[in-house]
Amino acid sequence: MNENESIVSLLQEVQAKNGYIPKDEIYRIAAEKGVSPAKVTGVATFYSQFRLSKPGKNLILLCKGTACHVNSADGIAAALKEELGIGGGETSADGLFTLEFVACLGCCSLSPVMMINGVAYGSLTPEKAKRIVREIRDSNDGKGA
Amino acid sequence: MLRIVVGMGSCGVAAGAGRVKEALERAGAKPGITGCVGACYLEPIVDLYEGAELKRRLVKVAPEDAPAIAAAVESGDLAGVERLAISAEDEEFLSRQTRIALRHCGVIDPESLDAYRAADGYKALEKVLGMTPEAVIEEIKVSGLAGRGGAGFPTWFKWNAARNAKGDEKYLICNADEGDPGAFMDRAVIESDPHSLIEGMLIAAYAIGAKEAFVYVRAEYPLAIVRLEKALGDARAAGILGKNVLGSGFSCDIRIKAGAGAFVCGEETALIESLEGSRGMPRLKPPFPAEKGYLNKPSNINNVETFANVAWIILNGGAKFAAMGTENSKGTKVFALTGKIRRGGLVEIPMGLTLREVIFGIGGGIRDGKRFKAVQMGGPSGGCIPESLLDTRIDYRELGATGAIMGSGGMVVMDETTCMVNMAKFFLDFTARESCGKCVHCRIGTRRLHEILTRITEGKGREGDVELLEELCRGIKDGALCGLGQTAPNPVLTTIRYFRDEYDAHIRERRCPAGECAALRKFKIDPAKCKGCGACARKCPVKAIAGEPKKPYAIDPAKCIGCGSCEAACRFGAVAKA
Repeated sequence: MNENESIVSLLQEVQAKNGYIPKDEIYRIAAEKGVSPAKVTGVATFYSQFRLSKPGKNLILLCKGTACHVNSADGIAAALKEELGIGGGETSADGLFTLEFVACLGCCSLSPVMMINGVAYGSLTPEKAKRIVREIRDSNDGKGA
Repeated sequence: MLRIVVGMGSCGVAAGAGRVKEALERAGAKPGITGCVGACYLEPIVDLYEGAELKRRLVKVAPEDAPAIAAAVESGDLAGVERLAISAEDEEFLSRQTRIALRHCGVIDPESLDAYRAADGYKALEKVLGMTPEAVIEEIKVSGLAGRGGAGFPTWFKWNAARNAKGDEKYLICNADEGDPGAFMDRAVIESDPHSLIEGMLIAAYAIGAKEAFVYVRAEYPLAIVRLEKALGDARAAGILGKNVLGSGFSCDIRIKAGAGAFVCGEETALIESLEGSRGMPRLKPPFPAEKGYLNKPSNINNVETFANVAWIILNGGAKFAAMGTENSKGTKVFALTGKIRRGGLVEIPMGLTLREVIFGIGGGIRDGKRFKAVQMGGPSGGCIPESLLDTRIDYRELGATGAIMGSGGMVVMDETTCMVNMAKFFLDFTARESCGKCVHCRIGTRRLHEILTRITEGKGREGDVELLEELCRGIKDGALCGLGQTAPNPVLTTIRYFRDEYDAHIRERRCPAGECAALRKFKIDPAKCKGCGACARKCPVKAIAGEPKKPYAIDPAKCIGCGSCEAACRFGAVAKA
């Protein structure tokens, strides 16, 4: 059954296309691979990368790695909460932002770090973090999702 | 005319290298790119070359500096950019290193196969194709190269076991799932020198007899995946990769498999489960992957840094590699020096140097005039090493004796403001979340450890908690199947061993000596410094601050929750820990 694509690869494909993994796709993959939907769900929930609900337009990954922890990543999380009203794993009411905490982005020398839509922002202060998301929100306004 | 090269690793880009490059282009220059030289604290970095010779290294470059750089290159007169040139002191950060795994990082263009070949690239592969696989393994044995991912197992031994395993179909796997938070050398190698990984892997594949290979890379490293994909494509087009490598009759192709975010997948049997598409839960060993690995076929797994050393060893000889280091630990090791360090970045040094030489000699010690407290090595599997042991040498055995481990090379430096109990809590929060759940001791034990550490940091610790932690730690070490579980107690055990007084202060005196634990600290306002602006009162989430405009404000200690919002809000430095 591993001859073609693995369940992980199929789930990654679905997520790349939709931004998350809709329930229907879990059933489709299960049928395709000849395994139970429970097995596919088990894989989908094991890995932190997979999302089972629709994310906001902009995905913020806030690093909670060791170096970021030592350099007060918690302060950045608090600042983002203040600015956007969301904590880890949550999406803002306007659907513009989803915040996720990640183990390490590998930019430890620039800690604390966050990545928004694949772009890394380093040496953050609470004020700088707020300014960055504010700028993104302003540039998104009125354009629709 | 001088050639302009911009450092475009992830760190450089995060620091603004992309904007610098664009500004240079707008200014009429034609900048080339390179990867990461490892001096992350100086990014963005722009190098000026004359031929192959580095004439000037410009650091902390801003987009506004671009016209001056373009003009200097145009005229050949560098006077206008000397203010950006790297200082002699910072130059030492690089000159005191010995670079093998990172030999091309920040030097060559990572997106150019020609650049790699011009730097002796793929010559080791050519040499190997004229050798017997046994001779290749022997050369690696002579070098004493050991797995750089953490366990430090002799590389030749794993290759030999896979070579001797029965079966025609064998697999080679590169572990690029650099999960240890605080380590990023594997990312840097892939982003900055992807062909050296490919060359090292092809040599290993030839040695063990694998026709198919995978790189299992973290999904959090998008740039690394892009660069590696391009390098694989270029190598394939040039006949270096795929069928009939360099016309030798040996065939091997390499594919990328993106990980999906699970720390436990750094464990090799969990990684194999994940490659097969399942939940990444470790298997019982034996059988070892060398006998039954991917798809139950003989497989060999090494990490990125290990492979990055291979071509150098083949070209320069194993003996030259083994001449560096200590009795037990040969060659060099890359460390990611981060935390409260003055000069942070990637540091490659010969084994045998002391921790003090790395942290103070190369890293420049602690920033902001604070005092060194500990260095955390080995991430969630490692431990915190105190100042009294700074003369420990970088050596698998000597570091192991401290209770920490060499690990994959994360070196997070902490100062007096870092609470060691909170540090242990941080790691246990991580391992409790990342435990795959297979073994009860790990799944539940790490959670209980985290709960006890949480109550201690909240000032609710009980007499006997430290002993309870120790007992739980022993149980987890004995009861867990894989490396994640067996080493999960290390951050707790080492902080208890070296910083017992901090645990006692939290438990007995309800005090956090580092002043980090919010529940155990209060703030006060210095009336002499307070200007009465009211910024702190507006930020206070519990309305514990009151006062009249232009007169000193005051904090009600009964209401204060120690969050520190006021300290962050004050522009006059009037708020301090009580």
